[in-house]
Amino acid sequence: MKRFAKYIGKRFGWYLLTFLFALLLNFYLPRLVPGDPVSQIVSQIASGGVESETMKRLYDTYVREFGLDRPRILQFINYVAMLFRGDLGTSFSQYPTPVIKVLGQAVLWSLALQLPALLVGWVVGNLLGAVAAYRRGVFDHTVFPISLFFNSIPHYALGILLLYFLAVVLNLFPVAGGYDQALSITLSPAFLGSALYHYVLPFLSIVLVTVGGQAIGMREMSVYELNSDYVLYCRGLGIGNWRIVGYVFKNAVLPQITGFATSLGMVVGGSLITEVVFSYPGVGMELFTAIRQADYPLIQGCTLLITLGVLGANFLMDLTYGLIDPRIRAAEMGEAGG
Amino acid sequence: MRELIRRMWRAPKVRAGAMVFLAVVLFGLLVPVFVRTGPMKTVGALYEGPSAQRWLGTDNFGRDVFVELAYGTRTSLEVGLLSGLIATLIGTAIGSIAGYKGGLVDGVLNSVTNLFLVIPPFVILILLSIGLQSRSIAMLAVIIGITSWSWVSRSVRAQVYSLKTRRHVDMARISGFGTFAIILRDILPYVLSYLVMAFVLQVASGILNEATLSMLGLGPLEAISLGTMMSWALMFEAVRAGAWWAFVPPVVLIALITFSLKYVNSGMDEVFNPRLRRA
Repeated sequence: MKRFAKYIGKRFGWYLLTFLFALLLNFYLPRLVPGDPVSQIVSQIASGGVESETMKRLYDTYVREFGLDRPRILQFINYVAMLFRGDLGTSFSQYPTPVIKVLGQAVLWSLALQLPALLVGWVVGNLLGAVAAYRRGVFDHTVFPISLFFNSIPHYALGILLLYFLAVVLNLFPVAGGYDQALSITLSPAFLGSALYHYVLPFLSIVLVTVGGQAIGMREMSVYELNSDYVLYCRGLGIGNWRIVGYVFKNAVLPQITGFATSLGMVVGGSLITEVVFSYPGVGMELFTAIRQADYPLIQGCTLLITLGVLGANFLMDLTYGLIDPRIRAAEMGEAGG
Repeated sequence: MRELIRRMWRAPKVRAGAMVFLAVVLFGLLVPVFVRTGPMKTVGALYEGPSAQRWLGTDNFGRDVFVELAYGTRTSLEVGLLSGLIATLIGTAIGSIAGYKGGLVDGVLNSVTNLFLVIPPFVILILLSIGLQSRSIAMLAVIIGITSWSWVSRSVRAQVYSLKTRRHVDMARISGFGTFAIILRDILPYVLSYLVMAFVLQVASGILNEATLSMLGLGPLEAISLGTMMSWALMFEAVRAGAWWAFVPPVVLIALITFSLKYVNSGMDEVFNPRLRRA
């Protein structure tokens, strides 16, 4: 157990370094290209216009908060220091609300939507894929192309189709929002019911695409395992079919766990934009409005939170994986492989 | 190379996928030749339904959706192909050097690869493009390419790592060939089938990445892509107004392109990994 703790510590250290690197990117990338936020604000002030007073105020806030008159590296240190105090700056578009406050609620909405959707999609997809590989025949020939098709559409595009057919044409679900605006956010049955009603379509968009991707991966892994020597050997020994399926599933599902963790980074963009399709009040929606309003502190707050979420999820998966697969634990500790 | 193509072509999945993909490419190439109206030209009112004259009606600006679709397909394909090429090249270079050199070089390159594997490319794409003043097609393709090579790099590294202990590589090393010569002549040809597959997938993901950026309003500024079409339709309430012709076609085309490419990829996988074929 002590060695396992060491493994966890090492992984944690690695993710901490990655996070630091992500912070660097988050800070420097938008400032690298000409047309960074500050010079854009300055040019808007210079061009005058009705909003110049507000612009001036924004500019002052921005300069003060981020210490823009100092060298870049000091600015960065200041940025990190602010971050550790839980300060992400002040939103431009919702001045003078702090970014962290704007995002606080959005994070909860996003987590409530994304986590269950991705998990349900993962479980259903892997079961389907395993069955397709085992049953072959008609089942496989329908599951495979359908999964591939769902996996080819981005989450938000599927969301647009679902929104049109199920909400606009058939009028089964609400067309926008995360809850009925007439209700206040409480834990009352009326609010929860309304939230659930609004939840169905965005949830379904993310689940279906995830199911598709996982089913394809799992089918492939299972076919691979089913063709392997140990399966033939078990068959030769006369071991029951279901026990063999059990062995195969165990071996095939392990790479699916790490695969899922690493693919999160790729998937998260599409699934967050699904929120835009349904005007769902999550981080994806905030990011969308922030970009349209050139609200740089809010944009960078969103990207930082998204990175943090993906890194956190990866770390959790690493832990789970270390717990389930003794080989990995041994390899990590013995410094072998890699 | 010819042998490679011949073997791939024999797989039904590869053939079917390639046919669909070629049909889409032809659509993007040919329609602009035969139709005179430009994609940006206003030809009617907002959201006119499909008619004999305008097969897919008009969009929120009164532009011909059918024409836009052809030009949009072209843009998306361009972005996909260019970004796919860049990502595959960078990934191959980093992965093969890391796998062949090993040691410290591998340590550094592999850490960088792992960083780019977990930090969402989507985030880096946004951070890079919010500041860009001119977002041309080429510019978008480049930034998509330089943010999505990590998957290629990881697999290439693993394969090169096992290839470098082969006899012919030892022979080349003893004969005094340099690292790059050996990688190019004695190692990469054996990874070629994988590289083709990786490229195919990277094209698909490049097209999806472009669409994702466009959905956020960070798409190409002076061109129409499948992503910008979806984004306009959504912003101008085509969905709630029931103007299906403005958003169903781009969604279907995106799905067709990615579906066909992934189908080709899956077919190639069965050709090159005999273990995946059923006994």
